[in-house]
Amino acid sequence: MNKQHNKAKKFGMVIDLDKCTGCGACMVACMAENNVPFKADETNKLDSITWLRVYKLTNGKSFPNADFCYLPRPCMHCEGSHGHSPCVSVCPATATDYSHETGIVSQIYTRCFGCRYCMAACPYHARYFNWWDPVWPEGMEKYLNPNVSVRMRGIVEKCSFCYHRYQLAMEKAYYEGRREIEEQEYQTACTQACPAGAIVFGDLDNPEHAVHELKKNPNAFRLLERLGTNPKVYYISSREWVRQAGDNYLRQEGKSEKN
Amino acid sequence: MSKPVDHKKEVLGDGSGGFAILFFLLGLVASLIVGWVVYPKLLYSQKNQPVDFNHALHIDLVDEGCESCHFFREDGTYSGVPKLAQCIGCHEEVQGETKDEAIFVEQYVKQGREVPWLIYAKQPDCVFFSHVAHVKAGGMDCVTCHGHIGESASLKVYEENRITGYSRDIWGKNISGLKTNTWDRMKMDDCSECHEEKGVNATSVQTGKGACFVCHK
Ligand code: HEC
Ligand code: HEC
Ligand code: HEC
Ligand code: HEC
Ligand code: HEC
Repeated sequence: MNKQHNKAKKFGMVIDLDKCTGCGACMVACMAENNVPFKADETNKLDSITWLRVYKLTNGKSFPNADFCYLPRPCMHCEGSHGHSPCVSVCPATATDYSHETGIVSQIYTRCFGCRYCMAACPYHARYFNWWDPVWPEGMEKYLNPNVSVRMRGIVEKCSFCYHRYQLAMEKAYYEGRREIEEQEYQTACTQACPAGAIVFGDLDNPEHAVHELKKNPNAFRLLERLGTNPKVYYISSREWVRQAGDNYLRQEGKSEKN
Repeated sequence: MSKPVDHKKEVLGDGSGGFAILFFLLGLVASLIVGWVVYPKLLYSQKNQPVDFNHALHIDLVDEGCESCHFFREDGTYSGVPKLAQCIGCHEEVQGETKDEAIFVEQYVKQGREVPWLIYAKQPDCVFFSHVAHVKAGGMDCVTCHGHIGESASLKVYEENRITGYSRDIWGKNISGLKTNTWDRMKMDDCSECHEEKGVNATSVQTGKGACFVCHK
């Protein structure tokens, strides 16, 4: 529309499940980076908040065929069709939004009034409700990340692809007289924390970014793709049962051989 | 039978109608005064800056103009209000005879204590603002958003909203919502007004204007 538009990007992730060891470093990095609140007692997982959550999948078979796989699940930043992702479509408050510039689904906490339609609409359980105001252990408020605003009781929050890191990367670019950033200048906390290098992050539409090629891997799939959510997080697994677990298939559908 | 009763009512009605209008008008005037004069006064508490600072005086003394004290860091972030480090070169010892300087040197410089400046332009925690995007990439000047603070001889009184804790400069002085200067206030609509005009990143699916994550974090 205007020269001030920066080139449109579509940030996304490719996660290699064969490399993931389930260590949970990504979850820790995410909590620390994004001021995610926690409680002294997190035994009830229904009310704990995990922007990025590592799930354990099993193929349900017994020894010697038993197999398992860890699956990290951030927000999928669904594009839906033309940005009408499930959560954005249902939000009655305009608190969640899709940007065509970055392809990121935003959540404005001060705008949210906690109706939780978005949580019902999200097929990935990527959204979490704050049942309490955050309580930081004594002194920890000094260690909060100033670039991420803290949330309050009664609102929904979720992974933002560390959007604040994009904002900071853009500031550096402007300072140096650039309008575009390099792949390495904007990386999410989980990507950088992963010791196995299983998470790769970048602009899915940019041929210079690693994710552009990786997402074309024949073993790449997305979760619940058939719903038409058009997510921007891709997974790679060489194991067929893992790929099949990513969506709801009829019993014999798509199976190349018996496994 | 009903007729005389009606008649009586009419007579009574006339008399009390006059009073009702009078009371209505009095009430209206009173609530207008409360709403437009008393409430805004009550809503904001007034605070003085810890030390009064004279921009006009200093701008002749420093070498690099505003950048001597308000500069960009190498990562593009903005230093904002100055730290003692920007003053200490000149204020290790008292320079003049003003009371403000004496307070500044005695209570802050000598004790190595940072001055808790009150920031007029401070936005809520959920807002992301980028000076470098406006000043370097957009080529805008400070006056557009801050007014003439940079040329002032003293710092104005800081007014804090008692309910939200935000500075009055966000919502502005004029309670009827009129704006004469671009720097009169800096609410979300004021940022958006200019962004729409300049066509900054109008990529939101929800609003067709600026996506929320341009200015929020
Ligand atoms: C010698 C250091 C120094 C120089 C040079 C200087 N300033 Fe300042 N500036 C300050 C101090 C100290 C404050 C007080 C902080 C406050 O307002 O809370 C301040 C505050 C401001 C503020 C108000 C920020 C806010 O919202 O509270 C603006 C705007 C500003 N300066 C603009 C300028 C401009 C424009 C110039 C150049 C013409 C300039 N300054 C030069 C030290 C300096
Ligand atoms: C497009 C409008 C705009 C322009 C142009 C602009 N500012 Fe600001 N300034 C702001 C806003 C908004 C804030 C509050 C930022 C926040 O709280 O996150 C601010 C904050 C500040 C602060 C206090 C920052 C802090 O938190 O410590 C200073 C000092 C300041 N500006 C100085 C300047 C100077 C000097 C210039 C010119 C080089 C300038 N500004 C240009 C809008 C602007
Ligand atoms: C280039 C040297 C220089 C720097 C840098 C400098 N000052 Fe000053 N300042 C002076 C001089 C000289 C005077 C004395 C003026 C007089 O009273 O004759 C002065 C006066 C003052 C006064 C008293 C006059 C007034 O009302 O402003 C204050 C307060 C003050 N400075 C604060 C500061 C602060 C805060 C900083 C850092 C942000 C700072 N100065 C940085 C040179 C400097
Ligand atoms: C007087 C006009 C004006 C006002 C007022 C203004 N902006 Fe801007 N803003 C611009 C322009 C022009 C740009 C684009 C600069 C460029 O990239 O060349 C911009 C860019 C930005 C960017 C960077 C966008 C990006 O993609 O990197 C942010 C963030 C931003 N503005 C936030 C704000 C906020 C928050 C406010 C209100 C407190 C505000 N702006 C008020 C004109 C304005
Ligand atoms: C051009 C910059 C800009 C854009 C785009 C923007 N905001 Fe804001 N927003 C601000 C500023 C600045 C404030 C703080 C001043 C105020 O309260 O008006 C604010 C305040 C708010 C507040 C009140 C927060 C508080 O603590 O008082 C809410 C809620 C909000 N914005 C929601 C949104 C939503 C939802 C969107 C996307 C549809 C959005 N904003 C887009 C600049 C912006």
